[in-house]
Order: sequence, then structure tokens, then C-alpha cells
Amino acid sequence: MSEGRQATFSVWRGDHQTGSFVDYQTNVTEGMVVLDAVHQIQAESASDLACRWNCKAGKCGSCSAEINGKPKLMCMTRLDTLDMTKPVTVEPMRSFPSVRDLVTDVSWNYEVKRKIKPFKPRKPDAEDGTWRLQQADVERVQEFRKCIECFLCQDVCHVLRDHHKHDEFGGPRHFVYQAALEMHPLDVEERLKQVKDDNGIGYCNITKCCTKVCPEHITITDNAIIPLKERVNDEFYDPITKLFRIFRAKPKAERKD
Amino acid sequence: MGTPERITHEHEVLIIGAGGAGLRAAIEAASTGASVGVVCKSLLGKAHTVMAEGGMAASMGNVDDRDNWRVHFSDTMRGGQYLNNWRMAEIHAQQAADRVRELESWGALFDRTRDGKILQRNFGGHKFPRLAHVGDRTGLEMIRTLQDHGIHQGIDFYMECTVLEILMDGDRVAGAVGYDREKGRFHVWKSPAIVLATGGIGRAYKITSNSWEYTGDGHALAYRAGAELKDMEFVQFHPTGMVWPPSVRGILVTEGVRGEGGVLRNSEGRRFMFDDIPDLYKNQTASDPEEGWRYVTGDKDAQRPPELLTRDHVARCIVREIREGRGSPHGGVFLDIAWIKEKMPKAEAHIQKKLPSMYHQFKQLAGVDITKDAMEVGPTTHYAMGGVNVDGETQMSTVKGLFACGEVAAGLHGANRLGGNSLSDLVVFGKLAGEHAVNWAKANPTPTVDQGQVQDACRAALEPLERSTGESPYEVQSTLQDMMQDKVGIVRKEGEMAEAVEGIAALSAKAANASVPGNIEYNPGWHTALDLQNLMVVSEAVARCGMDRKESRGAHFREDYPEKDEGHAGHNTIVSRGSDGQMRVERRAIPPMTSELSDIIKEMG
Repeated sequence: MSEGRQATFSVWRGDHQTGSFVDYQTNVTEGMVVLDAVHQIQAESASDLACRWNCKAGKCGSCSAEINGKPKLMCMTRLDTLDMTKPVTVEPMRSFPSVRDLVTDVSWNYEVKRKIKPFKPRKPDAEDGTWRLQQADVERVQEFRKCIECFLCQDVCHVLRDHHKHDEFGGPRHFVYQAALEMHPLDVEERLKQVKDDNGIGYCNITKCCTKVCPEHITITDNAIIPLKERVNDEFYDPITKLFRIFRAKPKAERKD
Repeated sequence: MGTPERITHEHEVLIIGAGGAGLRAAIEAASTGASVGVVCKSLLGKAHTVMAEGGMAASMGNVDDRDNWRVHFSDTMRGGQYLNNWRMAEIHAQQAADRVRELESWGALFDRTRDGKILQRNFGGHKFPRLAHVGDRTGLEMIRTLQDHGIHQGIDFYMECTVLEILMDGDRVAGAVGYDREKGRFHVWKSPAIVLATGGIGRAYKITSNSWEYTGDGHALAYRAGAELKDMEFVQFHPTGMVWPPSVRGILVTEGVRGEGGVLRNSEGRRFMFDDIPDLYKNQTASDPEEGWRYVTGDKDAQRPPELLTRDHVARCIVREIREGRGSPHGGVFLDIAWIKEKMPKAEAHIQKKLPSMYHQFKQLAGVDITKDAMEVGPTTHYAMGGVNVDGETQMSTVKGLFACGEVAAGLHGANRLGGNSLSDLVVFGKLAGEHAVNWAKANPTPTVDQGQVQDACRAALEPLERSTGESPYEVQSTLQDMMQDKVGIVRKEGEMAEAVEGIAALSAKAANASVPGNIEYNPGWHTALDLQNLMVVSEAVARCGMDRKESRGAHFREDYPEKDEGHAGHNTIVSRGSDGQMRVERRAIPPMTSELSDIIKEMG
């Protein structure tokens, strides 16, 4: 990209009732990301342009938006990865109600999470109240704990985006969260009924859109959702397990993942 | 414009700030059954804590059993050049390990040693490997653990709300008034006890690792409420921020890179950190690169490499190389972790595993593969050692019912903070602040809120929206940032700081005349105009304290007084608002240490 070239950004302006794309011209230079351009536009010509951001380093997940129609973090999208000969469109996540401009109301995500049963550890392994864990067991869950709660996976999920199943479906973020709890080497809580009934994992038909947009490269579908689906199947639909359960209840604490 | 709606809430304890310290304080206060409210400037879970990378310091002795709280205490005091509140340093060193274990019991998953214990890594200024960590995203692990644990404790969270003023009932706090970003409505939180946990001041500078929220809100709220601020001259410049490309300038490169064996080189390829080792650390530093490598790979007989000296020293050495013309092409120096492939097989995979977020960050933002090439780095404004002057045991400020913890509180770190001591600071003192705030609230309930104070705060807040002409808040902020960077930055001089004080006065007048278009709903221009008031207070405090300390110590480096001065060794700098409304600076002697603690320091050498 040449130094100091003018570029056009087509930014969504509006609130929950009405809105439209507004074009802004601004100067772009080497290394800039979309968030830099938005900040420049704020400073130059639209001081009330609403957007969220915190860290500008892909760590906080605040600046989620749809850039040229694709769910991305504005702070991690370099302009030299986009076609700058055309206007760059920047619009809010479309799965959530609009607040203003690029800001959406993501409070639903916080409500879903609060209803998920919290972490419940087994008794400590050592007398001093500590546990012994192997790195390999920790790493499996650490992948899920990388989640920065940007909600881009929720934004792209068609069950939420197109079918609006917010009341019956938790969305990929919360399956990642539940997988992290379920596969946590210390956790002994039972959540599969919740995964099935309250969070409606059955609605997910494994299109892997969530995995594709995850800025943390979490293998959401293969590593979190599919294993959860398998566990739900084993627990509730497998005839042999069902028969077995009649004879002996099996507390989760005994199950080794 | 009509008067916006005003909503009233009531809590026994109000926490302002929802990073590690605020959340830990809230959990503690709520554990007594008290009603607790937490005001978050951003969404829950997005606070600056999320960006902390390296780890949390706690002398668990899991990797080196020679480590214990006494060594940690002594390292912290030495790092802080003995200006620390020694009682806080003692409490911190004694309680940090319990706070780490507590996080694990709430679901945090730290990296492990071979025998299954929590792994600990090397960091600057720490004698032994001491940082419990999760790769290089320890802050995320901590804030998510506290957030997920906290949401089940019956705490009320007020997301995307900013506090404008602390409300007073005589000489005690009565609550706070603020606004929510979404609708621009005003809120009044009535509360007998308030915990400030608002973080730092980095947005007063142009090049900073800090998030937009770090505008010194808690410092300024406390100051205006009549509390004292302490040691504001000590602003830590982290040695390694990204320098290229320009849009990422300042973003942090974790000290963990050096902890894993990364070395600093100048444009001549010279590893310059061996050139200048301070007397205080001469017998704790490796004598050659080979010994340094043995240290980072766990040899207990080796001393640490000079890259792991304290941040103030490393930052100044980097500035020296750049000033003397041996910098990198974009005005930094080189930080090289890729070289370890000479020493170990599968080094590339090792780097990616130990520093995943750094690998990702450089690849995506700078197009650099850190497993193959060196990074370009330079100092970036990172942390305020100074802050609200608090009692070391209760965390109460000099105003009754007003508590502070985490970065906004002063004391633990003295003149320079050791890496990793921040995350442990948050949970150690967050817990204590929550505990003592709730005790205070139960003993001193029901203050009276003065509606006049509420109205004044709301009226003042609306002024920028009502002015049709005036300064752009973005422009005022950017001028202030440039000025602080140039005149009150990493190398300071009397005349420049005096110019800054004058400049701040002129900019304060402009800030008071700021005008913003638009309405009260999610209007970032308006929010910036309101944040400016706080930035002015903290900038003036840094500049005035900097002028008063006519020596170089810790993070405060004076070109006109380049040496440490014994005359300044025994006092803290105290800032308060005089009855005339002007900022007052005084020196206050540090009380003598207990003999037990001074014996520890003598013993540790």
C-alpha cells in the first residue's frame, strides 16, 4: 500500500430503528487496521461515531464487527488484506440488537452464561488443599479458555442469525464454555441435561461457520461441540447406556475423561 | 436538550472498576452477604487485566524450592528502591500464593510442572522462577475466572457505566454519580463504602500499552474527594512495546519473551545488556551469555541474564542504544527469541507453545514470524506505581469509606514494579479492600446523599453537549498525550516538566471548553470530553511530583540529576488538593521498617 493514500470506508450509522451506510474518506498508511481507520474518522469527521474497543491487540474481543460482510475483529484486520480500491464496508454484528452505529447489545450472552452451572471441583488431591494435574489434560481445556468472548461465533451462527433461536439455543460461545467446564480435569458437576435442554445443542448442524470466524483459532466445532453432542447422545439416547443406568447410577465424578 | 433520566441504586459496597482487583474485591464483599454493586467502564470481562500476559508472582516454590515469601518480599523492595510501603510488600509476598491456589479452586487452569504442580516462570527482578502463568495469556485466565465465579455471587454489575464524581456526606463517602454509555442516563449509587479499582493512567501518554479506559479516573475521583495521591512521578515504561508498524506502536510484548530466553540486540548485533549492570544487582546477574542461558533453562546454580534486570533499567538501556544511533530501522532495538534454535531442538514449536499470543500478534499485526526473525521493540507507557495513598492493611484512603486496590492504589511497588507483581497485587489487595470495605459499611451505615452534589455533577457533565462551539476533545487529548510523551516521558528535565505544568493548565482550560456534536446516547466524543478532566489531574500530578524529586530512582529518570540522591531516599511524594483548589506537593518520610523485615533485607543481600 502506498503511503498516505485516501480510502473510502462505508460505515453503518444508525440505531435500533433506522440506519444507513455513510461514506467517509480518510488517509491510510502502512500497517493500519480497520480500527485505526474508524478512530481516524472519529477524530476527523464523526466524533459521535459509536464503536467498542479496549486493547487493540486481539485480546479483549470488544471491537467485533462485519467488515466487507465478514465477522472480524476490527483491531486485527489489516487494511492490506482488503481490496482498498473499493469502499470498505464496516457494520455491526447482525445477530444482536443494534444500540448505535457499530455497537450492539450483547447482554443476552451474559444472561445465557449466568444460567450455566458453575465450576465445581473435586476434593483436593493433596493434604495442603492443592491438586496435581498433567499438562496434557490442562492443555485440552486451555484451548477453550483462550476464548476472548468477542461473540463473532454467535454472530455467524445461522441458528441465532437466521432462525433467532435465542430462547432455546446457547450458541457456539456457550458450547465452548460448557466444553471447558465438562472437560475440566477437576470439575465434577453434571451439565449434559442443560447442554441438551436449555442450550439446545441439537439445533447445531455442524456447518463449522463458528470455527472459521474464531479469531483465537479455537476448533469450536470439532473439539467442543462434537464431543458435547457425543456425550449428550451417550447419556440420553444410547440404548445400552440406558439399560445400564437402570441397574447402576453412574456419578460423573467416577468418569475419567 | 431535556434533562436525562436519573436512576438511583443502593448498595452496602460500591466497587468502581471490574478488572482483577475490582472483581476480587466484589467477590470478597459479597461473600458476607452484603449487597455489592460493580461499575464497569466497559463490558464485563474486557478490563485491562485481560491484556496482562506474563503471569502472577507468588513464591510457591514449585520450580525452585529455595523460593519463599521472604525472598519475594526482598525482591519487591529492592525493585521498588525501598520506597515501597513495606507492610504492603510483606502482606503481598505472604498472601500471593494463597490467592493463586484460590483461583485454581475457582477453575483457573495454570500451566503445570512435570509432577503436576503449578508451573512457574522466570521474570525480571525475581530471584527465582516465580510466575504462575498460562502461556502468555495469564490475565485473560484470571479475569475470566473471577468473572465466571463472580456472576454466581449475587453481585450487581453495571456495564458500560462511568463514574463522574464521588459523593460526600461531610468527611465520609456517601456514594457516586455517573452515566451509562448506552442511553446517557445518569445513575446515583448510594453506598457507605466505595472501592476504587479503576487501574492506571497510561492514556495520558501517546505511546502506551494501556486500553482507552486508563484515563486516571480513580486517581482523579479520589483527589477531588479530598484523598491523597502518592508517588505519582513513578510511571513505568515497559521496555518492550511494539514499534512497527506505526498503528501498533506501544502494544505490549511480554517480558515472558525474555523469561524464555529472548535477548536484546542493537543494530550492530551486539547484546548490549551486558554492558551496564547496576551495583544493586551485580552479584545476582550472569557473568556471560552461557550462564544466562543456563538460568532460563532452569539451572539453579546460574544467575539471571541481564535482560531480566528490572524494567526501569532495561528501558533506559534501550533508550541509550537508540539515542546513540544503534537502534533498529523503526526507532527501537531487536528482541530475538528465534536464536534459541541454536540451543534446543524443536525451538519453533517451543516458542509457539510458550508464547502463543505473541506469535499470533506479531504474525498478524507486523507480518513477523518470531520463531524465525527478531522483533523490533521500544519502551511504552505501561503502569503507574503511584496512586491513591492507602493504609497498608485496610486499603482505606485518607477519606473515610473510600478504599483503593490494584493499580490505582500506591504503595506496594515503590519506585518500580516487578513484572508479575501486578496480577498478584490485584487479588491480594482486592480481597483485603473488599473485606475492609464491607466491615466499614456495616459499622458505618446510611450516609446521606446531597442532591445538590448530584445536580452539580450532572449539569457539568452535560456542558460539552450544550456548547455549539469549542475545542474538539480528541484534539485536546492528543495534544496532551504528545506533550506528556515529550516532556514528562522516560527521560525528564526540570525545564521541560515546568513547561508541561504550564501546558496542562492551558489544556485544562480548553478541556473545560470542549464541545461535542450529537446526543447523549453512546457518544464517544462526549465520553472523551468527560475523561479529559481526569487526565489533566493525573498529568499535572506526574509532572509536579517529577519536578519535586530531583534525583533518578526507579522509573523516574532525571537527565539533570542522573544519580540517586540519599536525600531523597527516605520519603514518598504526596499530592493533595489545597483549600485554594491548587495542587499541593509535599514530601513525607517513610516510617521505619520493623526489625524483622529489615533483617530479611540484610539477609538477602
